[in-house]
Amino acid sequence: MTVVDLPLARSSERTRTTAWWGVAMVILTEGTVFAILLAAYFFLRAASKDWPPPGVKLPDLKTAVPASFLLWGSSLPIFAVEAAARRGRWGVVRAGLLVSWLMGATFVASTLKDFQALHFGWRDNAYGSIFYTIVGLHAMHLVVGLTMSLVVQAKSWLGRYSPARHASLEVFSLYWHFVDLVWLAVFPSLFLSVRWR
Amino acid sequence: MTVTERPADPLEPAPPELAGDDLRELWEDAPGLVGFFTTVDHKRIGIRYIYTAFVFFSLAGVSALAMRAQLASPNSGLISPGTYNGLMTMHGTTMIFLFNTPVLAGFGNFLLPLMLGARDMAFPRLNAFSYWVFLFGGMFMYSSFVVGHLPDGGWFGYVPLTSSTYSPGHNIDVWGLGIIFVGLSTTVGAINFIVSTFKLRAPGMTVNRLPVFVWSMLVFSFMVLFAVPAVTLAEVLLELDRLAGTAFFVPSLGGNVLLYQHLFWFWGHPEVYILFVPSIGMVSTIIPVMSRRRIAGYLWVVASLVAIGFISFGVWVHHMFATGLPPLAISLFSAVSLVIALPSGVQFFAWIATMWRGKVELAVPMLFCLGFLLIFLLGGITGVMVAVMPFDWQVHDSYFVVAHFHYVLNGAVVFPIFAAIWFWFPKMTGRALPERWGKVSFWVMFIGFNITFFPMHILGFLGMPRRVYTYNDGLGWNGLNVIVSVGSAIFGLGTLFTLAAVLIAARRKVPVPDDPWAADTLEWATTSPPPVYNFAAIPFVEGRHPLWDVERLRRARPGAEADVGLEVDGAVGRSTPVTSGIDTLPEGVLHIPAETWVPFLVALGLVTLLVAALVSALTVAVLGLGLAVGAATTWAWRTEADLR
Amino acid sequence: MSAALLGSTSVFQGAGSEGRRIVGLWWLMFAMGAAVYVVVAGLVLTAVVRGRRRARPAADSPTADDRFIWIGGLAVPVVILAVLAVVTVTTTSNLRPVRAGELAIEVTGRRWWWDIRYPDQGIRTANELHVPVGRPLDLVLTSADVVHSFWVPALAGKVDMVTGQVNHLRVTVDRPGTYRGECAEFCGLEHARMQMLVIADPPDVFERWMARVRSGAGTTPEDEMAARGALVFQREPCGGCHTVEGTPAKGTRGPELTYFGGRRTIAAATIPNDPKELAAWIRDPQDVKRGAEMPPNGMSAEDLDALVAYLESMR
Ligand code: HEA
Ligand code: HEA
Ligand code: HEC
Ligand code: CUA
Ligand SMILES: [Cu+2]
Repeated sequence: MTVVDLPLARSSERTRTTAWWGVAMVILTEGTVFAILLAAYFFLRAASKDWPPPGVKLPDLKTAVPASFLLWGSSLPIFAVEAAARRGRWGVVRAGLLVSWLMGATFVASTLKDFQALHFGWRDNAYGSIFYTIVGLHAMHLVVGLTMSLVVQAKSWLGRYSPARHASLEVFSLYWHFVDLVWLAVFPSLFLSVRWR
Repeated sequence: MTVTERPADPLEPAPPELAGDDLRELWEDAPGLVGFFTTVDHKRIGIRYIYTAFVFFSLAGVSALAMRAQLASPNSGLISPGTYNGLMTMHGTTMIFLFNTPVLAGFGNFLLPLMLGARDMAFPRLNAFSYWVFLFGGMFMYSSFVVGHLPDGGWFGYVPLTSSTYSPGHNIDVWGLGIIFVGLSTTVGAINFIVSTFKLRAPGMTVNRLPVFVWSMLVFSFMVLFAVPAVTLAEVLLELDRLAGTAFFVPSLGGNVLLYQHLFWFWGHPEVYILFVPSIGMVSTIIPVMSRRRIAGYLWVVASLVAIGFISFGVWVHHMFATGLPPLAISLFSAVSLVIALPSGVQFFAWIATMWRGKVELAVPMLFCLGFLLIFLLGGITGVMVAVMPFDWQVHDSYFVVAHFHYVLNGAVVFPIFAAIWFWFPKMTGRALPERWGKVSFWVMFIGFNITFFPMHILGFLGMPRRVYTYNDGLGWNGLNVIVSVGSAIFGLGTLFTLAAVLIAARRKVPVPDDPWAADTLEWATTSPPPVYNFAAIPFVEGRHPLWDVERLRRARPGAEADVGLEVDGAVGRSTPVTSGIDTLPEGVLHIPAETWVPFLVALGLVTLLVAALVSALTVAVLGLGLAVGAATTWAWRTEADLR
Repeated sequence: MSAALLGSTSVFQGAGSEGRRIVGLWWLMFAMGAAVYVVVAGLVLTAVVRGRRRARPAADSPTADDRFIWIGGLAVPVVILAVLAVVTVTTTSNLRPVRAGELAIEVTGRRWWWDIRYPDQGIRTANELHVPVGRPLDLVLTSADVVHSFWVPALAGKVDMVTGQVNHLRVTVDRPGTYRGECAEFCGLEHARMQMLVIADPPDVFERWMARVRSGAGTTPEDEMAARGALVFQREPCGGCHTVEGTPAKGTRGPELTYFGGRRTIAAATIPNDPKELAAWIRDPQDVKRGAEMPPNGMSAEDLDALVAYLESMR
């Protein structure tokens, strides 16, 4: 007997595509990027006498807080979308993606508006530099996520998905959750922790 | 080369209806130049990585020889100070970024799917992309030679020296952006290695049966994912300071120059182990084969690989002992740096134990491994010495450290790479290398190496700092510097013998059997060179040493459930089996995309963007960006089809 | 340059409280390291020789392998490393202690020379560090531009001079002598030419030097030549960058030149200080030191001779 007949893997073991694993690894390294940036933020802060430097007015919370909740909330429709896609309910998928996209886009718009209202620039001091860099990088990730969402939405309208195969949708969902989670670390560090001292 | 009695074809031949031609037709690249630019074949890409990296090795090596010519006599005016600093920077940068990392990625690329019993990597197009990014990144950095303004901030480019105040030219931007670019290539490659190892193992290759080399590439890849962000950020923040006027490293504006050093070394230290870990994998593959027995303490070796991966993230501050950090904090890093000697010790004794009870054959790859052992031992011991903080205060940034890191980088990484060349060349090409040339090459390199780098320890004690383009007469350094310079030429000559051997093999075309070393891993189960599709039939793995554990490898075939589209043979399409993570049973197939221009175009677009941004050519930048985004969108759009 | 003008660069001199201890530490580590090398390399070679003689591999013995690995690769190294760790901690805790009666000296790294001040005595000099033997020193190190590193191998380990940060090196010099200091952190074009002399004298000699420098004696030109040189110095742009006490020259971009004649070297220990070399330096600094941040000067030969005489007369 030189040929071995093999059983298939148990179905519980076959849920993730290579694409999903690939994006999971991207997230690992991207997560490290944000972790290191936040570490740099606290490093600079620990090495400075005053933080933020005297005369710098802290970013406003009035719009930032509701906008943040909007962003975190935008993950919820995605959970529904994932479940619906596995059941082939494409109407729910399309609606959920659209709602989530709008929530995310609103957040990005409000961030950009907040940037304009800030009383400090990125060249003024290290505080400004690291603030803009972290928030800006996160916003860039959101823009990438929103673009991905558009591609995924187009695919869902064009009927390129099936309940068994919708890797790009899975991948997008994972990425979107990640970007939300990052804000969960960034927001308290940059906006709240400076106020508690 | 030794030939053994093993059957010529250890793998059960494919059923006639699937044999050769059909598969070849499905898998073969387009002929000629088109195929060259569009291929996604991991073997072609891997070999390409290797020879490209060696081109960079020669450039960096010749830079080193030029530096040594300058340092051969005191107050020499052979090379101007500016040029020396440029050569020194490009030597270090090239060796680390453009030679060592890519050459290891090249071996990984060539070997990993073969060792896993797969037909390609998990993301073949990404693989091609990472090669092109590496090539363009390297060319981008070397464009500074053409312009005649070399980056000259040293391979770690400390601020404020590299800030726009002290280095106003574009040379530093070329360096910083180049590093960011090449880092992208490494990261993408690492993701590919990880997912391939997770999902593409041949049925039966459970975790405890993974070849050590595969383990080492896995550790390498995870280290890359966690370390590279730090250097990318260091250079991004540097470039933001330089180009956008931010204040990260400007003390007068609340910035901090040590932040850069922390970021750099948080990558820099893991990086040296990132280079070392695949070398361990190579040595751990070659020594057992050349000792005709399985590796002693497989679990010990694997556990130490993983341990090195973890511990190496906790020692970066040992490069900053002299920066005036509080002694208590740094003595902790001193202690962890001592601890990291333990996994290396375990591996070292595993290799000795393997030879101890084995039948040792001193073929060329084994000679290089022995050279590695004797050199790495010394480099490791001096590493432990510099980990002792007060001692490091003396020898830090002196030639003692230059000696330490060449014993490890050049000795413990380059020697295994040469061993790997001699070991796997027959597999890559199907041709034999002339053994005699290899022996000469080894001995000349080994002797030249020690003549070059041993006296550097003494120079360090005599107070010679590193990165000096010249030194005063009468300090007692002249004689040793002459010896070092002569040695470097001898070492360089030794490498030429291997180059000559490769050229001779290319001309003489002496064929080799498929498995000339009677080795144990799956890459030897196919022909030399392997067919484009690697394996006609997917092997079934029944032990840690597939070709030693059973008389004849068996073929895996999906069970009764083949109707779900599982085509392990893959003859009906370009595909390779996907297996489950734990018990490695088949769960489906992965479609391997056909050759495509997309990766090349995305990389080309990105590098165009980079160059254009640097010289502020806006239209060209937009064109580059458009090309990259356009090609990437095509790529994303086609994903679903490929998964079907 | 002659040996006296170069100064010793050898770590083995151990002429300072810290350097001496580190030499001791080195010999201990050397003995341990050599023993490890000999034993382990011996095992490698024995394994190869044994393995070559065999016709076929010996029978597998995983337990023997494992025992060999954990004893050789883990247990014995743990013991050796534990010893090293203890030695590290004890040595470190004995180094760089704060002591009573320290002499504070501020050394600031500049591209590519050393600015030296004795804050309590109110004097400034450059490129030649005078220290008393036997008295604890507190070297206060920082940088005015990029990162440099203060290293006098004969006396102590190095301490970086970090931009925006002040570091301390506390050390006592044990033996009188001339020691060479070197910049040990890459600082750009002339990093190689950023060196200095440390002149360690017995306390009385040091006090005499200090007293003279504080008094300002000997800096007013005495002969005609020097007097003319002083005028040249004032006329040329020198004073914009250099300071000479008691004159309008108050620049700080370049090294202090009061008592320059007493220094042994020029341009951060690059060339010996004699009239010929000095003239060449003033004429064309970049010919001596490519990156030197001092402009060349095309004054007449007579003026140059006078200027040299003036500078050399201040000692
Ligand atoms: C492949 C690369 C590589 C490897 C493997 C190592 C291995 C080690 N390195 Fe090295 N290192 C570099 C590459 C590498 N290094 C580079 C490039 C630099 C300089 C960067 C720059 O400044 O440009 C550097 C610099 C460097 C420094 C900073 C020096 C300075 O700048 O002042 C330190 C300090 O702790 C250090 C420590 C160590 C230690 C403890 C090990 C250990 O891992 C070694 C462990 C191995 C052994 C000890 C041998 C085998 C063990 C046994 C046989 C057991 C018995 C042994 C004992 C009990 C001792 N290294
Ligand atoms: C993998 C890493 C690697 C490798 C292999 C080497 C290889 C060599 N290195 Fe390098 N080196 C570094 C990594 C490496 N180096 C790093 C990271 C630095 C720090 C840089 C910094 O401080 O910023 C450094 C710094 C460094 C210095 C210190 C410079 C200074 O501080 O001023 C010196 C000085 O001698 C040196 C010498 C050499 C020599 C002679 C070789 C030789 O082994 C090279 C031999 C190779 C060849 C010669 C090429 C092949 C031959 C040919 C193409 C044919 C031509 C040959 C002949 C005509 C004989 N290196
Ligand atoms: C633009 C500023 C500048 C001007 C003007 C200038 N110097 Fe200098 N000088 C320097 C700097 C900077 C150095 C240190 C160079 C080095 O060693 O790298 C130096 C070094 C010297 C030294 C060596 C000091 C030492 O201890 O090594 C002498 C002597 C000297 N200058 C004399 C002069 C004279 C005389 C003139 C006028 C003719 C002059 N300098 C004009 C900046 C200047
Ligand atoms: Cu100053 Cu190097
Ligand atoms: Cu390190």
